[in-house]
Amino acid sequence: MNIKDKIKTLIIEKPLKLDCGQTISNFPLAYETFGTLNQNKDNAILVCHALTGDQFVTGINPITKKDGWWTYAVGPNKSIDTNKYFVICANVLGGCMGSFGPSHENPKTKKIYGADFPVITINDIVNAQVNLLDFFGIDKLFSVVGGSMGGMQVLQFVSNFPNKARTAIPIACTSNHSAQNIAFNELGRQAITADHNWSEGNYNSNKTVPDKGLAVARMAAHITYLSKKGLQEKFGRKLQERDDLKFGFDADFQIESYLRYQGSVFVDRFDANSYLYITRAMDYFDLVKQFNGNLSNAFKNTKTKFFVISFTSDWLYPTQENKEIVIALNAINANVGFVEIESDKGHDSFLLDVPDFLKAVKNFLDKSFEEKL
Amino acid sequence: MKTEYKIIADIIENNSSILDVGCDDGTLMEFLKNNKSPNIRGIEISKEKVQTCIAKGLTVIEGNAEFDLKQFPNDSFDYVVLGQTLQAFINPELVIKELLRVGKKAIVTIPNFGHWKVRLNLLIKGTMPITNSLPHNWYNTPNIHMCTIKDFVKFSEIIGFKIFKSLALKNKNISNINNSNLFFKNLFGELGIFLIEK
Repeated sequence: MNIKDKIKTLIIEKPLKLDCGQTISNFPLAYETFGTLNQNKDNAILVCHALTGDQFVTGINPITKKDGWWTYAVGPNKSIDTNKYFVICANVLGGCMGSFGPSHENPKTKKIYGADFPVITINDIVNAQVNLLDFFGIDKLFSVVGGSMGGMQVLQFVSNFPNKARTAIPIACTSNHSAQNIAFNELGRQAITADHNWSEGNYNSNKTVPDKGLAVARMAAHITYLSKKGLQEKFGRKLQERDDLKFGFDADFQIESYLRYQGSVFVDRFDANSYLYITRAMDYFDLVKQFNGNLSNAFKNTKTKFFVISFTSDWLYPTQENKEIVIALNAINANVGFVEIESDKGHDSFLLDVPDFLKAVKNFLDKSFEEKL
Repeated sequence: MKTEYKIIADIIENNSSILDVGCDDGTLMEFLKNNKSPNIRGIEISKEKVQTCIAKGLTVIEGNAEFDLKQFPNDSFDYVVLGQTLQAFINPELVIKELLRVGKKAIVTIPNFGHWKVRLNLLIKGTMPITNSLPHNWYNTPNIHMCTIKDFVKFSEIIGFKIFKSLALKNKNISNINNSNLFFKNLFGELGIFLIEK
């Protein structure tokens, strides 16, 4: 079976004007669904994935043959219970799991877009995704949920479509990328573009890909997803399959070996140009600036019930940045709950088995679903 | 249901907007939500208790009233409730001012340190009082700013807020506090309940 047979796509015919000024139309948006849409069509949850995620939220990912990226949180009887809710997830615009992205062919030139693909934003990503609601005939989502870059999409979604979600759960995210966030993303992009195989983004036609650069980008990013304490406890200074230091540059330490492994498996499933485009979309995200310095204005027309969640050891999108979202919502008397979850697993906590987090999401969703409209 | 909660509920008008500061496990919030108004929020410092509130379907923010009330604009709520926690703040004066800024009205309840048992405890034993409503030792109590019903009445004059209603609770009996009975209510009331406004 061809990879393409495993990916559902919606062709979006309607022209979409991107923030960069270009307009795209007749483009594919790859998506997956889990659970069943009820008759009233009021049990749908849009899950927004993070930088390196995809539409295969839970169950076995048919492409990688591994568990979906949010298997801990999504599935039958889990926090986002697919026995109860209809979960929709789309691969982001610019992604590499079937949605319109830099590895697609430009119909005008018949060449792979590469670095000629238009620069996309979180706003564009969300505006593309909303077409899925029309496709399924869903007037209003029960919830829109996402962590990290997925959380940014949640915020943008509610801002763009104030009447399209009953509840929203932005997790471990921010309303604008900090200098530190941009710096780490730039490090990753530089690693990719410095790889000789990147060839100004035209590598697809050369059949050689910038694996080394992409792996380094992933390794650097991976460090930011973990906490110092978590790393120390898991690896410390433990040596990798050896009794002593080898006085060379092989992976003496387990942490080195671990990072190398993370880099090597990542390049098998991810496209370097997509990495450039999506990290750029994150860097450009600034909901505060979009609303002239007042984040509250982004949400002033919405009745959506928010639940903001952060993690104690997340230094990439720390609690304070999540709290700024809460403060902006409280300033306009929006309906918002907030909890900071105790965890030493860093930014990645939202993807892992963190019982307090999983319990909070489940309770919030199930109780909100019971509430009368 | 605690008598204290019933009294608070009786004071609050139906369908008003309410903020419960230090909402604990959400017992009062749940009661008010079901009986008074669905428009109710809470703020609670303990992560564990925030989780309990979420499990009850309540909208609660994890936070500290001393720092986190400032995010709410003036007159955000019809009522702000502070149940038996004023004495635990580092700066009760600031908290009261914030309550009155954020809420059009505030309901404050205080465990009365002027109760005769408390007084007797100190007088006879010569040690810090330990009673049913004040069960902690001096070295591990969260209550760092205890006051009496009389203190609170004086406090209103010093800070300059109005007391609209003042009630004393003794066992399960409620009575009004006024200038002429203040001495006795301060001696026999276990809990003072005040409806205040700036």
